[in-house]
Amino acid sequence: MTNKLQVSGSLRNRLMFTLISGAAVLGIVLFFIVRGYAAQIAQNGQDDILEASLSSILDAVVIQDGFVEVDFPYASLSMLDTELDDRVFYSIYNDGILISGYEDLPQTEKNNTDTNTFTTIKYKNTNVRMASAKRTLIGEKERITISVSIAQTQDALSRTLNRISKNVALFGSGFFILVTLLSYWATASTISPLMRLATSVTKRGPQDLSPFEKKVPSEMYPLVTSLNKLMTRLDLSLKQSEDFIAEAAHRVRTPLATVRSYADATLQRVSKRENRDALRSMVRAIDEASRAASQLLDHAMITFRTDNLQKELINLNALIQNLIDNLEPIAEMKDIKLKLIQKDKIELSGDFILIQNAIRNIIDNALKYSPDDGVITVTIATNPEPHLKIQDQGPGFPPEDLDNLKSRFKRGQNSNGIVGSGLGLTIAQDVANAHEAKLTLSNHEKGGACVTLLF
Amino acid sequence: MKYLLVEDNHELANAICSRIKLDGHVIDHADKLADAIAYSETGEYDLILLDIMLPDGDGRNFLKHHRNLKKDTPVIVLTARSQVSDRISILDLGADDYVTKPFDHAELDARCRAVLRRKSGSSQQILKFGNLTFSPLAGQLSIKGKIINLRNRELRLFELLLNARGQIFSKQKLVDRLFTYDEDVSDNAIEVYIGRLRKHLENTSLKISTHRGLGYRLDND
Repeated sequence: MTNKLQVSGSLRNRLMFTLISGAAVLGIVLFFIVRGYAAQIAQNGQDDILEASLSSILDAVVIQDGFVEVDFPYASLSMLDTELDDRVFYSIYNDGILISGYEDLPQTEKNNTDTNTFTTIKYKNTNVRMASAKRTLIGEKERITISVSIAQTQDALSRTLNRISKNVALFGSGFFILVTLLSYWATASTISPLMRLATSVTKRGPQDLSPFEKKVPSEMYPLVTSLNKLMTRLDLSLKQSEDFIAEAAHRVRTPLATVRSYADATLQRVSKRENRDALRSMVRAIDEASRAASQLLDHAMITFRTDNLQKELINLNALIQNLIDNLEPIAEMKDIKLKLIQKDKIELSGDFILIQNAIRNIIDNALKYSPDDGVITVTIATNPEPHLKIQDQGPGFPPEDLDNLKSRFKRGQNSNGIVGSGLGLTIAQDVANAHEAKLTLSNHEKGGACVTLLF
Repeated sequence: MKYLLVEDNHELANAICSRIKLDGHVIDHADKLADAIAYSETGEYDLILLDIMLPDGDGRNFLKHHRNLKKDTPVIVLTARSQVSDRISILDLGADDYVTKPFDHAELDARCRAVLRRKSGSSQQILKFGNLTFSPLAGQLSIKGKIINLRNRELRLFELLLNARGQIFSKQKLVDRLFTYDEDVSDNAIEVYIGRLRKHLENTSLKISTHRGLGYRLDND
């Protein structure tokens, strides 16, 4: 009945994916920013100490009697002590001539005095941070330029940096997990009005075509409005077609009833054989027409309802008892006895109107085929399985047609113009199928048809 | 018995009325909801036949009104709606039974009988013929105080003959009244029922006589 709807992705997954990948990118960027910032701060720390050491050395340079004298302060090196015993190198040049320190320690080319320069260089196969400064000393006669470089390996710094990196990475992962959780929650709470709408649409009975009146988020408003409009239109057209069917049935049946009643009354007064036969045929044709109309309408209703089962808890015993009470007057007309044997009580979940209609059709058939003074036995029992058995004393089903008959109504066909029984069993079969019950036809050993409904 | 028929289609109403009169009953006809209410409030009826679709309203309103007045006159609804859900709602509103148009008069008759039997309580008419008593509403026949279990067709045959005592019924006429039209029965089938009924009436003052070539007649000696 419905076209298969194509599913393309999931809103929830799409939203989750976007949020989580956003969080991942953000986490990685954050890691690098914080790490870079920490490296910067650590480097500044080392630079400050190097600078202090440098100035303390420079301060110790004096010109005494035309000689440059450096009274190397101990503190200038001790302040560079680190817990990892980083190595320290220095060089002191007087106008380009090494006074003290490491000869191969590169010198900075910069010539401006008074500013300290910091560079990171490769020295003795390791990274060292080097601070260099120049100072011009003016003696009595001469003017000399002292350049001092002091370098330190970066073991302690790298260790600190690694530690910080580890912490930042940890923090980043924590951030990622938190955002993942948050995005899960955000997705759930965003999707939930949609899910609620979906659930309430699904939960609705097929008869409930009233508009949705609960509050919906603004994004869903157009959808729900269209849905409401659609349902109003559907409701209207359903009501119109129901009214139309009722009206049509009324218009057709009332004149039929008039003709039938007249024919009936006339038959009581007419005695000529041909006239009587004609009147009888007329009455039969009317009955056939009205039966066909009823069963076609019933069948249409059942086809509609089997697609939209309105399940409730049914007391099968009470249902059958009511049906039998209702059919008793018709049975009495042929002096047929309707015998109800209630071995057990059966309660089942199903569509009351459908089940009643199906069983009524089966009993109607039994009444039609039962001989005068016959007995129709209706048995409700749960052994071996919950079932309902309707058995008459009529001619039974033609044995060669038993399978044929079953497959015929299984295919839902009702050809050959036999309106009565064909459609009656089709209805019963359709209802049984809709309720996952099994309808079986058989003939009783002592004669008579037997229809069993296994629930 | 007295019937009230509420039906807006005059043709159908005429047909039903003439058919019911044929059975020896009295029937009033109302073609509007207002008339139906007026009739039912003033007259005493044994049974009401009610159409649902009326020009000035819904027959179900009559049902509600009728039940609100605490009247227990049984109501049988004549409905053109065959939908099961409609039938159920009609019964829920307090109708005693329903027949779907077009209906078999024999079925209507059977349903009327069943409803009347269910409703018949204290005050009911009892016909007496010597040691035989018969209550038409309950359809109960007793001979010498003993209840005789008549089969449905025997009972209908008995009623038919009893209501028109002294009148001869042809076999054909009796077959028409006792069997439905989809049954192919020969006129002779009636002999079986006459035979059974005669046996039941053996020791009473009622006698069924055969009139060759004409039919049967019930007499009270």
